[in-house]
Amino acid sequence: MAFTETATRPGPVDRLRDALPKLVLSPTVAIVAIFVYGFIVFTFYLSFTNSRILPQFGWVGWQNYENLFRIRAWDTAVTNLIIFGSLYIIICCALGLLLAILLDQRIRAEGFIRTIYLYPMALSFIVTGVAWKWFLDPGIGLEAVVRGWGWESFTFGWIKDREMAIYTIVIAAVWQTSGFVMAMFLAGLRGIDSEMMKAAQIDGASTFALYRRIVIPQLRPAFMSAFVVLAHMAIKSYDLVIALTGGGPGTATELPATFMYSYTFTRNQMGIGAASAVIMLMTIAAIIVPYLWSELREKR
Amino acid sequence: MRILTTTLTAATALAAATCAQAADVEVLHWWTSGGEAAALNVLKDDLSGQGIGWQDMPVAGGGGTQAMTVLRARVTSGNAPTAVQMLGFDITDWAKEGALADLNALADQNKWGDVIPAALQKFATHDGKWVAAPVNVHSTNWVWANKAIMDELGISQPQSWDEFVAAMQKAKDAGYTALAHGGQPWQEATIFDAVAMAAGGPEFYQKAFVELDEDTLGSDTMKEAFDRMATLRGFVDDNFSGRDWNLATAMVINGDAAFQLMGDWAKGEFLNAGKTPGQDFLCYRFPGTQQQVTFNSDQFAMFDQEGKVSDQQAALASAILSPGFQIAFNKVKGSVPARTDLDVAELDACGQQGYEEFKAAAASGNLYGSFAHGHANPAAIKNAMYDVITAHFNGEYDSATAVEELVTAVQINK
Amino acid sequence: MSTAPSVETGATAAPAVENRSRLFQFSPARIVLYAILAIFCIYYLLPLYVMVVNSLKPLSEITAGGMMALPQQWTLAPWGSAWSTAQVGVEATGLRPYFINSILMVVPAVAISTLLGALNGYVLTKWAFRGSTILFGLLLFGCFIPFQMVLIPMARMLGLMGLAGSVPGLVFVHLVYGIGFSTLYFRNYYAAFPTELVRAAQIDGAGFFTIFWRILLPSSGPIAVVCIIWQFTNIWNDFLFGASFSDFDSQPMTVALNNLVQSSTGVKEYNVHFAGAIMAALPTLLVYIVAGRFFVRGLMAGSVKG
Repeated sequence: MAFTETATRPGPVDRLRDALPKLVLSPTVAIVAIFVYGFIVFTFYLSFTNSRILPQFGWVGWQNYENLFRIRAWDTAVTNLIIFGSLYIIICCALGLLLAILLDQRIRAEGFIRTIYLYPMALSFIVTGVAWKWFLDPGIGLEAVVRGWGWESFTFGWIKDREMAIYTIVIAAVWQTSGFVMAMFLAGLRGIDSEMMKAAQIDGASTFALYRRIVIPQLRPAFMSAFVVLAHMAIKSYDLVIALTGGGPGTATELPATFMYSYTFTRNQMGIGAASAVIMLMTIAAIIVPYLWSELREKR
Repeated sequence: MRILTTTLTAATALAAATCAQAADVEVLHWWTSGGEAAALNVLKDDLSGQGIGWQDMPVAGGGGTQAMTVLRARVTSGNAPTAVQMLGFDITDWAKEGALADLNALADQNKWGDVIPAALQKFATHDGKWVAAPVNVHSTNWVWANKAIMDELGISQPQSWDEFVAAMQKAKDAGYTALAHGGQPWQEATIFDAVAMAAGGPEFYQKAFVELDEDTLGSDTMKEAFDRMATLRGFVDDNFSGRDWNLATAMVINGDAAFQLMGDWAKGEFLNAGKTPGQDFLCYRFPGTQQQVTFNSDQFAMFDQEGKVSDQQAALASAILSPGFQIAFNKVKGSVPARTDLDVAELDACGQQGYEEFKAAAASGNLYGSFAHGHANPAAIKNAMYDVITAHFNGEYDSATAVEELVTAVQINK
Repeated sequence: MSTAPSVETGATAAPAVENRSRLFQFSPARIVLYAILAIFCIYYLLPLYVMVVNSLKPLSEITAGGMMALPQQWTLAPWGSAWSTAQVGVEATGLRPYFINSILMVVPAVAISTLLGALNGYVLTKWAFRGSTILFGLLLFGCFIPFQMVLIPMARMLGLMGLAGSVPGLVFVHLVYGIGFSTLYFRNYYAAFPTELVRAAQIDGAGFFTIFWRILLPSSGPIAVVCIIWQFTNIWNDFLFGASFSDFDSQPMTVALNNLVQSSTGVKEYNVHFAGAIMAALPTLLVYIVAGRFFVRGLMAGSVKG
């Protein structure tokens, strides 16, 4: 994909011309170096200090980490992220793919339906959180309505249930992003060579086999984009939890992002908050870096 | 548009602009709902009468936690507001950072020390310096009852825990939700505040929540308090988790529920629904805490302005404590004035009762900072206690475990 | 919006005819297909329904219960109140004054990050150098940094740069944390762009910027739409940065909405909250509806291809 510098004859003008691309890139590099990696280093340092309300620089060694692992809510938060993150990514991808395939069948009013599927992405959870909270509330929401229709034994009280509440977060999160994933897959599907599909059809492949063998493997780049977007959303899920359950019932829906915010800002334990941020970043790195590595290296 | 005008003004009158800048107060607060914001407008008008502009910086959410986050960003960036609404230990924490101004001269001049109860001064001063001006006093150990249900079932004001349980049982048997409650940590802690005070009395409360004495925290009395929470849990409907406090209040207003345990801000909901104290609803202290008042007090902490108290800061602070503002604000807010020398004929029945009880408690040493609202111990400990109380209320711990966890929580965060 | 699906497929008359003939086949399979699509429409529309319906009721109907029911008494008062008279601060201004603040912040932030993303994508694909892939990887990893973590150091840096509590400061913050994704989009798009064209232009003597300006940019429409939609949505909806780094006169819409909705110990007017919430979302909805038809085409044209 790349052709690097063409044969160069050194001269000031040429050298400037050669440096130009790097020069153009340099503001971004500088910004990211300071405001992303610099801040990561700073947070790493803070996690070893006695910072409470504001950053302070008294060295306390591993104490913040020791305290962090004594806090039960942290275990809950990590477990929840694993449950939430994997379910969210898998369901969004599956649902997005299904909807994209269905929408790709020459549907009348496709544009209209697509907009309906896409619009949740446009709303922030400050906006929709209240609506979801009401809707999931057994007293006034879905449960009450279905019972009102005459199905008296219907129950849907997950949001009030310690074991199930995290799944309501998944439902709302999937609602928000699955349409976006659908659009990505739809775009991927539209990009597939139709000749190839026709040929396979003539060879007598069933529709299912057609999708499994030919179409889905070709959607790999779409899967990559979807994964990056979804993983990023899962890790940053904060508004969602605050709006829907506030981390409750009890601490049942705490996620690392809400944990970190609450320790750093509400509880004035900046050191512990920083420690949790460091652990979170390292986990992200452990998952994302190998993935990016394999994807990017292949293309070189 | 506003930015444009501001820029224009600044550009056209450069020299004047610096003066205008200096003569404004920027106030960070989280009073954004109709009544309370309108009440704050009284303060704004008062100041503008003195030629001082008001730069409004409201950030709502999480009972002020959102505003505290913003404050930290503001202070870190070297752009601290003039005055910030704060609660209890937050003021102390910021004073420790050396970020607050010294209002002593003003306090002496206006004799704040004589009219503001010592329990409030504990937070308004740090190291012998006045750093904040108290706006109001909310008390948290109230019971709100639907009068129609009380009359129907023949329930009179319960005087003890047992009477209260009997009354709730009666309501439950009659098919009402006995206790309207919203399952959010701070609401559960608010109830626990009153329950613990009633179960162990004021000395116990002081030792456990203020002095954080581990023996007291792990005592049988604490276990009794948790047991009582479990009893209360039995009177709450199944659908309580995550409910906003005002929806719980609405259950009492609409006659679905008999009681709610909530601070005096609940009164606003009743009044807004067109209800009259004494006729449609009743307000009284939590049974067993008739003598005590657990409070939380909103105060405006003054941030240091280059080492001195600026004129407009002084004007703001004295305006906050002026009788006119104290009455006007608290009438709307549902709370009572922070100074004890006022005539409160303008307040409604519950407000007058609350003010008398507040003064009496202040005089007899029965005025205690509410731990649920950050007036007994620092944020780290308060929130760790929330975790335990909520986990217990939701059935994750039994009472014995809850007591142990409470001790551990304090140890980790001390 | 509901017309001409062929815009996205890029198809011409021939498939349209085929389209038509298919449409009239009401096979059971197609009925099931439409039924499934309709069920999902309901799933996606439900929260919006709840919001719209409740924004048109008087408050008493909401507190009396029945949030799914249609209003018995229709009213537009909550909308008027949210727009111009609701209390979001000391003055009863409604959300109106905050709209302009948000726009002043969003427009430059989106424009700059899109342009910068395009330039970066151009360099990373057509002028790749040793280590440029690793650089891109580092840039992408930066997208994953949790925003809560950067709040305090960012505040310090803004203070040092003299941008604290200002609109340029907010624009800068959004630029910093938006650049990763906009670079990702453009890089993937330009990777599919024929390098031969660039090479040919170079042989003709076109310089770095000329090539970008004349050859790549004109064909970047679809991906620009994707990038703009993404950035606009994220920046418009951001609350954390907006609240922390703005000043009393530059608070964006989301902060005002939050103030409207979140008052802790005051009376909650749910109908006004919902009206305000929908209002705050209108600009993003508008962007989705107007630009939505180009959205899939933009995604198709590159960002999901390697």
